[in-house]
Amino acid sequence: MASKESAQTRAEMARVEKVIAVIMQIGVIISAIVIVCGLVMFFVSGQSGYAGNSFPHSFAAIGRGLVSFKPYAVIMTGLFLLILTPALRVLVSIYAFAVMKDHLYVWITTIVMIILVIAMVIGMYGI
Amino acid sequence: MFEMKGELALVTQAAILLFVGIFAGSLGALLGIGGGMIIIPILSVLMGLPMRYAIGASVIAVIATSSGSTIAYLKDDLLNLRVAMFLEIATTVGAITGAILTGVIKGKWLEVIFGLFLIYSTYNMVQKLRGKIKQDATNVDDDRWATKLKLQGSYYDQLAQEEKYYQVTHVPGGFAMMYAAGLASGLLGIGSGVFKVIAMDTIMKMPLKPSSATSNLMMGVTAAASATVYFFNGSIHPHIAAPLAIGILIGAAIGTRLMQRIQPRLLRMIFVPILFIMGIQMILKGCGVIN
Repeated sequence: MASKESAQTRAEMARVEKVIAVIMQIGVIISAIVIVCGLVMFFVSGQSGYAGNSFPHSFAAIGRGLVSFKPYAVIMTGLFLLILTPALRVLVSIYAFAVMKDHLYVWITTIVMIILVIAMVIGMYGI
Repeated sequence: MFEMKGELALVTQAAILLFVGIFAGSLGALLGIGGGMIIIPILSVLMGLPMRYAIGASVIAVIATSSGSTIAYLKDDLLNLRVAMFLEIATTVGAITGAILTGVIKGKWLEVIFGLFLIYSTYNMVQKLRGKIKQDATNVDDDRWATKLKLQGSYYDQLAQEEKYYQVTHVPGGFAMMYAAGLASGLLGIGSGVFKVIAMDTIMKMPLKPSSATSNLMMGVTAAASATVYFFNGSIHPHIAAPLAIGILIGAAIGTRLMQRIQPRLLRMIFVPILFIMGIQMILKGCGVIN
């Protein structure tokens, strides 16, 4: 019967949503911790690690700053992790829909993920 | 000694931004808006920060609001994951378009557009307050797309204490509106919950509770699309965005805890005039009448 089938789907959906909730929670907590660490470093040392009002905003510059523990590089890493959290949720949803054998939504979710990757490329290189 | 002074000013600014975040985060979660509507006027008009950084910080705040409150919504089983995923195709493409346009359009024009958006939101909220408390649509039938995409869902209504099932209709119209919502979100750094609710609630006839929970979830992914563009082109300033994001996370946790218990009506009544004045100020600032 249709109602039984939908009840089963609903139970699966609920399980998926729980997994996503845990992932988002972890993502948010980790990024918050990194941001707070960066802010504390900034206030304790009184220095951003960069000249004037400038700050790093490319993978290379942030990576170099992280190696030498520059506060702004740590903060930017935390902010980037925060931006990644919703993207991570999309990624997990692809897997979740695949487990549920919902092929249509595997495709739909994959398209969303590809769009997010395109956004990153546009930000780095412009259009 | 003067170094202390400079550092003190930075500490003060960070502390202010933290409180702005807590305030905007809790109010944003309560009213179902991304917080950008509150944050951008404060950063731009009250604190005099460049529009570019205000928008960049606000996008981060939108993600923090969304991620922070989605966690709470998920526990309440209000979300419709399929609706969110399908419509995110439209909102993310819109958001990227908007973020690209922000780089092209002058800051003062952005201020004017934002002011107009605030005034439109005020009008919208006044309509909502004027008597007709909107009932959820009944007897909605799935359209062809909703059936094909399995968009119908259900949620547990805490007030009525029962499971409510709903159907979804006018999917293409909702999809088009979502592109516009994404565009506004990317251009102005807002969650654009107003437009998302128009799409899901007014056009697709979803009940208010699941549609606002779903809208909140979508805000995060939508903002992630424009935020990546902003992050790598240097519009997200760590000193502004970081304390704001932390404040928002704290505020969103407070707001969602209050959400099931508070009538948004009273809050709207307090909020509408403030929003209207902010809108006027943004327009005046954009036109160069005030600084």
